[in-house]
Amino acid sequence: MKREAILSRRQILTRVALGGAALGLAGCDRLSNARQSRSVLEAAENLTRTAQRALLAPREALAPEYGPADLSPGFKPNGSVDPDDPDYVKARDEHFVNWKLDVGGLVDKPMQLSLADLRQLPARAQITRHDCVEGWSFIGKWKGAPLGPILNSAGLKPSARYIAFYCADTLEQTLDGTGRYYETIDLVDAFHPQTILAYEMNDQPLLVANGAPLRLRVERQLGYKMAKYVMRIEAIETFDKMGRGRGGFWEDRGYEWYAGI
Amino acid sequence: MSSANEGSINVGPAAPIGGRVNYRHTLLVRITHWINAICFALLLMSGLQIFNAYPALNWGARSDFDKPLLAMGARQESDGSVKGVTTIFGKSFTTTGILGASRDESGQLAERGFPSWITIPSYQDLATGRRWHFFFAWLLVLNGAVYVANLFARRHLKDFLPSGRDLRSIPASIWEHARLRFPKGDEALHYNVLQKLAYLSVIVALPILVLAGLTMSPAIDATFPWLLSLFGGRQSARTIHFIAAFYLVGFVVVHVVMVLLSGFLNNMISMITGRYAIEEERHEA
Repeated sequence: MKREAILSRRQILTRVALGGAALGLAGCDRLSNARQSRSVLEAAENLTRTAQRALLAPREALAPEYGPADLSPGFKPNGSVDPDDPDYVKARDEHFVNWKLDVGGLVDKPMQLSLADLRQLPARAQITRHDCVEGWSFIGKWKGAPLGPILNSAGLKPSARYIAFYCADTLEQTLDGTGRYYETIDLVDAFHPQTILAYEMNDQPLLVANGAPLRLRVERQLGYKMAKYVMRIEAIETFDKMGRGRGGFWEDRGYEWYAGI
Repeated sequence: MSSANEGSINVGPAAPIGGRVNYRHTLLVRITHWINAICFALLLMSGLQIFNAYPALNWGARSDFDKPLLAMGARQESDGSVKGVTTIFGKSFTTTGILGASRDESGQLAERGFPSWITIPSYQDLATGRRWHFFFAWLLVLNGAVYVANLFARRHLKDFLPSGRDLRSIPASIWEHARLRFPKGDEALHYNVLQKLAYLSVIVALPILVLAGLTMSPAIDATFPWLLSLFGGRQSARTIHFIAAFYLVGFVVVHVVMVLLSGFLNNMISMITGRYAIEEERHEA
């Protein structure tokens, strides 16, 4: 009799535990969607950014650079690989000879730079690791014009706090146009020596799949920050009014604005 | 994780007949234990969600898509059915229903690394998985820091360090465990050698897990490039993070089984109230 009693108590305990686990799982899904709990979870992003920026990372610390032997065979294109937006298709078909990068927003001297102009600026080449938010890493060689000097010659106004990158590709079809790729970075990353506007990959002109004619490299953050098909750069004070207001295409879809981890 | 406390106290009515009640776990140890347990469960499940975004493991600095150490995926059979396949060191295993392909909410077999019942959120959502993971990673680290500070301040680390005599008793201890005979009386006041080694390994594995996780951060790598040397590259760090997590899953399984076998209620009560009843050695005729 006693044995039976123990067994049934065990069964009850097991059922309670299983039921609790099922409830817990459903609860996690519900908490994932509730706005308040999301904002609690998102507090970790601020903590991470503050810790990485203020406590740990010297602002100039360089991302590790690799040797030619470490290069990945090819480079996995991700996101848009062949934008079909009409303006882009036209520029691509002209091999970008008439293409110009717009530099504007909160600057004293708005500029337009052709690929030839960009190639004449002092260049930086770096073999770096590209870390996708999904978890994989590729190593590629990038050559381009450092962003800092370009911003300096345009002259940032004191109110400028972020640099926005407007891209040619529409990664998601939406009615309100928020499917167009864009990104924003702060001035710490914008003036970092490894932050370049790359026009070459692995010693070849950038391929369309990898962001031709120009893509951003922000080596201390994840891949989605490194906008491809960059058409226009703007110095801005806030990104509240851009896209859905979270500072980038993937940020608008729940990913962290600070992608240092 | 817990720490043995030396002093026995007598608690009148609650004490079992002929037994003693020992104040085993301090409040701080009990609280950090349960926070740790919650964090570990949520980190594991959100971690598997993150893993599912790229359900493969590589070694070295970069990903080699052709030669992963481990990969999970789905394969479409000639009859149209979907098969889950897990490949480890080039050897493929059919793992349909659990790894590679499992049933989604509609009951359809879909390509997925780990199944929905063990990931947070249950559906595929990397962004939300990362939110959960990093929030509870901070909590785990802060909680762990409090625990370790206490461990050193109160000199409890020695509770987990096996002595030479302990190490010589490993075979005997394995034999005792295999027969499910657990120490009684005064012996139950101290951790036996297998307990010491198991808890010590967790105290070592958790920092490795956290450091390997941090090595996946490109910003951390810029400041502490030695982490990459320590783990052999970012993809190696990801693999070590995964292995350390499953080592801890193994620990938790054994830990829970031992808690169940060696007096479930007494163990649970001791980790909730701190009071552990000592069963005296009975000499049966």
